[in-house]
Amino acid sequence: MITANLSAIFYLISGVLFILALRGLSSPETSRQGNFFGILGMIIAVTVTFLSMGNFSTGFVYVLIFILVGGSIGAFIAYRIPMTAMPELVAGFHSLVGLAAVFVAISAFLNPEAFNLGMPGNIKLGSLIEMSIGAAVGAITFSGSVIAFLKLQGIMSGSPITFKGQHPLNAIILTSIIALIYLLCSTQSSNLFWILLAVSFLIGFLLIIPIGGADMPVVISMLNSYSGWAAAGIGFTLENTALIITGALVGSSGAILSYIMCKGMNRSFFNVILGGFGATDEKSNTSSKEQRPVKSGNADDAAFLMKNASSVIIVPGYGMAVAQAQHALREMVDTLKKNDIKVSYAIHPVAGRMPGHMNVLLAEANVPYDEVFELEEINNDFANADVAFVIGANDVTNPVAKTDPQSPIYGMPVLDVEKCKSVLFVKRSLSPGYAGIDNDLFYKENTLMLFADAKKMTEDITKNL
Amino acid sequence: MEIDPLIFRLSIFILSIFVGYYVVWSVTPSLHTPLMSVTNAISSVIIVGAIIAGLSGNSDSVFNTSSIFGFLAIALAAINIFGGFLVTQRMLAMYKKKKKDK
Repeated sequence: MITANLSAIFYLISGVLFILALRGLSSPETSRQGNFFGILGMIIAVTVTFLSMGNFSTGFVYVLIFILVGGSIGAFIAYRIPMTAMPELVAGFHSLVGLAAVFVAISAFLNPEAFNLGMPGNIKLGSLIEMSIGAAVGAITFSGSVIAFLKLQGIMSGSPITFKGQHPLNAIILTSIIALIYLLCSTQSSNLFWILLAVSFLIGFLLIIPIGGADMPVVISMLNSYSGWAAAGIGFTLENTALIITGALVGSSGAILSYIMCKGMNRSFFNVILGGFGATDEKSNTSSKEQRPVKSGNADDAAFLMKNASSVIIVPGYGMAVAQAQHALREMVDTLKKNDIKVSYAIHPVAGRMPGHMNVLLAEANVPYDEVFELEEINNDFANADVAFVIGANDVTNPVAKTDPQSPIYGMPVLDVEKCKSVLFVKRSLSPGYAGIDNDLFYKENTLMLFADAKKMTEDITKNL
Repeated sequence: MEIDPLIFRLSIFILSIFVGYYVVWSVTPSLHTPLMSVTNAISSVIIVGAIIAGLSGNSDSVFNTSSIFGFLAIALAAINIFGGFLVTQRMLAMYKKKKKDK
């Protein structure tokens, strides 16, 4: 048994280690060490909790059993999950944090003595407020993440689900959550606690269904942030510094990522979370357009163009992940490099379904990270490059974002792909991308469309090189 | 009058938000996916609350409604801790620099 003061100091240390874990991610070299700090922080926090409880009875054995069961499941998933499924995995993990927060809050509400929070029906007011906020945010995180997971996994359609009165309904429910927390704190009624949880689960569900598949980077980051605030809420209840620090870190981390993602699409956060973007209400726009001529080619043409190039920039997008084309792509690049062709990769902030999605896939395919560049770093190089190879990206290359103020994506930062001498665009068909608008790039003089599956096309090009 | 300890916790909370703000802005965009998985893992430090909840039963009965929720939360948080840290490690191991000498 250690004193409360000593354990508080250890919790502080583990909080600091968590800060160092995030700090390590500022560069790939320090990142592995950072992850180690994170693990160390977690071990300290858990050990100190055991020591401060000083209860090594039967209950302790069960705690270990549950840690082992959960831990083996987690380890199994971590080793088995393909890198392309990372967005789903992260969404799934967020839902677990949310649910764990809810369960801890329920437990604390039912048995406040164990947490030194007072008696059932007479819980300290401050703790009850913190607990109910933590529980509500946790519940929203849980149901929201479950929907995000289902959409990413393709079990649920990625298209936005909208209905009349959606926003007023959500506003009413959100207001009622605040009212419920107020009533709960003044009456201590357990019925109100359960209603609060049910309503929070419901709103998490309703908030995410209207948001479309390609807006998932924002949704995942936002839920990441929520899971942090939920943890912080519980941290206040338990008066635990490690939990408060972590909650604040994770909360602000998710918020910053959402901000970066929104900026990458030139849309406000509210525009994204209110949802409905990319719903099929742009039909008039596309059907009124007459058929414009498109140049299409095959793997042979593409190989010819690239063989005669001296520099090639590759623009990967979500389609590359879907087709699992990253390894085939790297093989193609290896062949190009053998022919002394300079190759770099250009990554748009919202390429893929989560922040940094493309970078992980390229890393998986053994692409060195110093060949991979962000939008601002590489955008000026397109004008000097011979070939741009667009694989699985679409809206993020659309020049309309710079030229047509009427376009829904006007003002969005895009990669200046059209400035290249020639553009190779791998795509299954001419269908518009997520934003529902035609890509002007398809019809440019210097664009060659390669209609095929991304992986197959890349393999064919490699053969022809 | 003595200061409520809540104020101290609030100070830690607010300052940590600022620390988080600056630390996360310095994270390189190519590591944003590992950032998400590691924040996932560390937010599961909520397991400390789950352990307290799980041990809240008395010596006669380890299991009561409250402790069962605690045990469930322990399992969920453990999935996240192990899964989150291991998958982050797996990802970070893939980030390699260009070989200088071919």
